[in-house]
Amino acid sequence: MSAASSPRKAGLRRLVVAVPYLWLALFFLVPFVIVLRMAFSQAATALPPYAPHWEGLAQLGDFLSQLDIANFSLLGDDALYWQSYLYSLRIAALTTIFALAIGYPLAYAMASAPARWRGLLLVFVILPFWTSFLIRVYAWIGILRPEGLLDTTLAFLGFEGEPLRLLNTETAVLLGMVYSYLPFMVLPLFATLEKLDRGLLEAAADLGATPVTAFLTVTLPLSLPGILAGSALVFIPAVGEFVIPDLLGGPDTVMIGKVLWNEFFSNRDWPLASAVAVVLLVVLVLPLVLLQRARLSREMAA
Amino acid sequence: MSRLGPGLILALIVGFAFLYLPILTLIAYSFNASRLVTVWGGFSTHWYGALMQNQPLLDAAWLSIRLGFVSATLATILGTLAALALARHGRFIGRTLFSGMVLAPLVMPEVVTGLSLLLLFVAADVERGFWTVTIAHATFSLGFACIVVQSRLAGFDRSLEEAAQDLGATPFVTFWTVTLPLIWPAVVAAWMLAFTLSLDDLVIASFTTGPGATTLPMRLYSAVKLGVSPEINAACTIMIGAVAVVVIAASLLLKREQLAGS
Repeated sequence: MSAASSPRKAGLRRLVVAVPYLWLALFFLVPFVIVLRMAFSQAATALPPYAPHWEGLAQLGDFLSQLDIANFSLLGDDALYWQSYLYSLRIAALTTIFALAIGYPLAYAMASAPARWRGLLLVFVILPFWTSFLIRVYAWIGILRPEGLLDTTLAFLGFEGEPLRLLNTETAVLLGMVYSYLPFMVLPLFATLEKLDRGLLEAAADLGATPVTAFLTVTLPLSLPGILAGSALVFIPAVGEFVIPDLLGGPDTVMIGKVLWNEFFSNRDWPLASAVAVVLLVVLVLPLVLLQRARLSREMAA
Repeated sequence: MSRLGPGLILALIVGFAFLYLPILTLIAYSFNASRLVTVWGGFSTHWYGALMQNQPLLDAAWLSIRLGFVSATLATILGTLAALALARHGRFIGRTLFSGMVLAPLVMPEVVTGLSLLLLFVAADVERGFWTVTIAHATFSLGFACIVVQSRLAGFDRSLEEAAQDLGATPFVTFWTVTLPLIWPAVVAAWMLAFTLSLDDLVIASFTTGPGATTLPMRLYSAVKLGVSPEINAACTIMIGAVAVVVIAASLLLKREQLAGS
């Protein structure tokens, strides 16, 4: 192309790449390196409250010989930390399963609806996503709290007995999580299901398959990329979630995002908070790889 | 197959009821005259009046709007440049790293993003406040803006750009007179997405802010920690209403543009 030959044009082209590149290097890559470095530092009662073990590239060898892995061994030794990692994975997995159980029928029904309705249905799935996250979680407090809407309604309908006391329980956290992340599950599912060739289902039916068999052998395998993408989009942010377990959970629903928050804001142990962050990212590598795979296979299909 | 059986209609009803009932109860209770959430004391706009007297909350809302405006504008400019770089510039050194850095903030846990940016600001000894939160928000919404613009860039006819260049337009003039008008709806959508992301963010703002810069989500969060109150319900209803108006207006605009384009 002749555009690249003129030096002025080449300069402009370079600028288009360089500006966002430098921005991301400065505000994404460098902070990330700082977190890594901080994770190997010691907490100190100073301002800022840490004592780095590493003063520059020249000291790299020195640094490696005296890496302070105390933060990481604490994460392994103290049951609070690894239990909250496991607990976060458990909650994220349950959230993904429930979101799939509600989201799949919803996405399937949307994809089966007449074409002129689909756009509108899609807008209605996305609309709650545009309202504040905090508001959506807050709405559940009003419903689940003692003498809240749920208890009142049950009493009104004539259900006798103890109030449910759902707020500050694991059930409340799960409800809030499924509610907040449902659109992330529905959108990729809808995208794959809508593109599905309905002729395949008719062919299966012509060949004598019952609707259930046709669904299990045709629809389900073909929608697998959507299931994987939706599950990863729900699972990954759910593991590190802070607001929902903090507002809807109780003392026994300690997720890792909240541990990091508390280490940072309450205990002011910045190195330990950084170590928690590093391990959190390591935990998320596998689902991220799965998401990337799903995206690639979708691009191949398209 | 475009026939909905009773099972699928049930799936639609259950799904949408789950999505909308919590929000609708919140709106209903904001008009409740009684302070008690359990008792319906009749229709009242009392809590909206009380809200207008709540100066700290109003200050926080104004701060959040200004913050969203500046950070969304930054994120849209940077995201559009990043999209152009990825869609138009073929191979360049570090392309994999670049696309990784654009997309990573999308899946990064907010607590990690917030912590890492705060550590940067502390290391650089910058005074924390409006501008540090703005930079943080622009950085994490950049990826979202980039994806929106990229999908539009992928879908349009490149020969228009080539024709402009053949007729002697410089790349800058080509971008300004051909590319930008064509991707404009996506740029607007990217800005709105970045604006709502900024307006919605509690975690990253809590890490990167300083004294004197308390955003609306931070105020709401501390109010919610204290308990449910009709005043918060009113504040939430106003925010929901504003979002609904903007989203509906935007979709109408897009529709009209599509009609004009076709």
